[in-house]
Amino acid sequence: MTEHETGSAAPAAADPAPAGARQWLREHSELGVAVVLLALGGLVVVDALSMSTSFAQRGPVGPRVVPLAVGGLLIAIAVALTVDVLRGGKGEAEGGEDVDLTIPPEWRTVLLLAASFIANIALIDLVGFPISGAILFWGSAYALGSRHWVRDPVIAVVLSVSAYLLFQKLLGVPLPGGPLEGI
Amino acid sequence: MDTLSNLIEGFATALTPTHLLLAALGVLLGTAIGVLPGIGPAMAVALLLPLTYSMEPTGAFIMFAGIYYGGMFGGSTTSILLNTPGETAAVVTAIEGHPMARKGRGSQALAAAAIGHFVGGIIGTTLLVLLAPMVAKMAVNIGAPDFFAIMLLAFIAVTSVLGSSRIRGFASLAIGLAIGLVGLDPMTGQARLTFGSLHLADGIDVVVVAVGLFAVGEALWVAAHLRRTTGKPIPVGRAWLSRADLSRSWRPWLRGPVIGFPFGAVPAGGAEIPTFLSYVTEKRLSKHRAEFGHGAIEGVAGPESTASASAAGTLTAMLTLGLPTTATAAVMLAAFQQYGIQPGPLLFQRESQLVWALIASLFVGTVLLLVLNLPMAPLWSKLLRIPRAYLYAGILFFASVGAYAVSGDVLDLVLLLVIGLLGFMMRRFGLPVLPAIIGVILGPNAEQQLRRALQISDGNLSGLVNTTFSVTVYAIIAVILLWPLIGKAITRTRTRTPESVR
Repeated sequence: MTEHETGSAAPAAADPAPAGARQWLREHSELGVAVVLLALGGLVVVDALSMSTSFAQRGPVGPRVVPLAVGGLLIAIAVALTVDVLRGGKGEAEGGEDVDLTIPPEWRTVLLLAASFIANIALIDLVGFPISGAILFWGSAYALGSRHWVRDPVIAVVLSVSAYLLFQKLLGVPLPGGPLEGI
Repeated sequence: MDTLSNLIEGFATALTPTHLLLAALGVLLGTAIGVLPGIGPAMAVALLLPLTYSMEPTGAFIMFAGIYYGGMFGGSTTSILLNTPGETAAVVTAIEGHPMARKGRGSQALAAAAIGHFVGGIIGTTLLVLLAPMVAKMAVNIGAPDFFAIMLLAFIAVTSVLGSSRIRGFASLAIGLAIGLVGLDPMTGQARLTFGSLHLADGIDVVVVAVGLFAVGEALWVAAHLRRTTGKPIPVGRAWLSRADLSRSWRPWLRGPVIGFPFGAVPAGGAEIPTFLSYVTEKRLSKHRAEFGHGAIEGVAGPESTASASAAGTLTAMLTLGLPTTATAAVMLAAFQQYGIQPGPLLFQRESQLVWALIASLFVGTVLLLVLNLPMAPLWSKLLRIPRAYLYAGILFFASVGAYAVSGDVLDLVLLLVIGLLGFMMRRFGLPVLPAIIGVILGPNAEQQLRRALQISDGNLSGLVNTTFSVTVYAIIAVILLWPLIGKAITRTRTRTPESVR
């Protein structure tokens, strides 16, 4: 399940009727959105309240007012959304050209994509963009079901190296070069 | 005649070889990326932003204008040949365009779309030239309370007019506003939501937010539901029109901008509503009404011209008021801010040369679009066959390049992933993305106007409503907010039956 669903699914295990409760939570997984909104709202409010406003206030409205309003809005919407979901309201999942909503979501694909993404984050400053970018592309293509053992890595490396050269040399936007540094 | 001389000067800037090349490059890239399934114009502009980091602003915006117009056109190609519109503006085109393609009239549908874009673009841009300086001149005199009212209107309109659920629209907006809060308070320098991070003190870069929500969120969402059997695009030849087609198309082409331009300029979701209105109008006015639903060319010509003119209307609001009415305009506004340029009434005075070069390049781009796309339609349709694995891997790849290039900090990539997951959640649970991006971009601006207005009135709340303009805007906001109630009241008095539960 998604990360926001696991959060609300955890207490289900302690429930006396786990199967029924799990079913109920699955149908009301949108409550996870309300949890996210509530958490975000709480964070904004706490941050605003912990701000010291004694110094440098210019004008009648200090730096805390708008964050408090936004935090309050988030919390209010979290409540309203909870009510809406419990009354049977449902957000419509977004369709699209390549989206097939009739099949159940494939979390494996999403996790593998996130893993490729995180690999790029972890490696980019260590081994440079040409290598980490190629890993990102190949990993993502693999996650999405491409299994060409020669074509995939070749495309990944060519794309990564040419993107590096394009940005570094032609456009003057610096990227960490790794082994290509200084060429 | 001031306008005319400005425009001529603009053409002088836009027609230099470098700028002409950038416009052509923008149109080609925009069309190519717009044709690619799954990528709409907003994502196209967001992904291509990093290409312009090292360019001077005029060249960069000339290229963006090309990308915007090209991306809008590219979406219609997908609609016609694959029956899968990549963006809301092209949804209506699919209704008649795809049946035409199936009947072997794909070339004619593409030509009607391309010429429709040309006509709509030229008329729309002409209206922009005539109206924008006037609007800007009027808007110069409006003050902080008026700006705050306009931005509030944008927030309310974007959450209420579009989408099926207001709560979810507001949820999206609030998320965007919260993201916009991150960083140092511009008026006092107080750190807000930075958690001690120096990088966050600069705020979360709008490019990271836009790319995260549009590109990463979309790629993850599509990946979770990837269609295993992708539709086969219908092959087409060179786009052309017969005399009979022409005589059926020219009126819809000319009617389109009348509907499209005003709708593009107001924050009601860009091209979605006007293209639908245009379709309905053409259906009603057509002599071939029976053909509608089975490939009537009027149903392609009208909406495409409307969509193109609405893009010009959108740019009018964005340039003169700093008000983004569509996702693409929001991303372009972010691009302006990247250069330290704030679109708004003063833009026409401060950056006169840049604005007029941009406007002139819209004309240039529209012409280039027609010249390039009529003969290149078969080539574009080949792009529809790209393996989906490479397409979405490529989106993630370029999203990462773009986010990293913003400031060369890995933290931006982490933020990109977090915002991408947020975008995934929003798509899964029907939260529209547009209010969030509008919140991120306009939020900080609205706060500043609010505080400035209250500073002037010394904290008195009446300082927010002390102009006729702001009172009018608040009245409009009230009508939008109360509209469901008003609508209910009307139907109730009309039918005198108890309202049914939805």
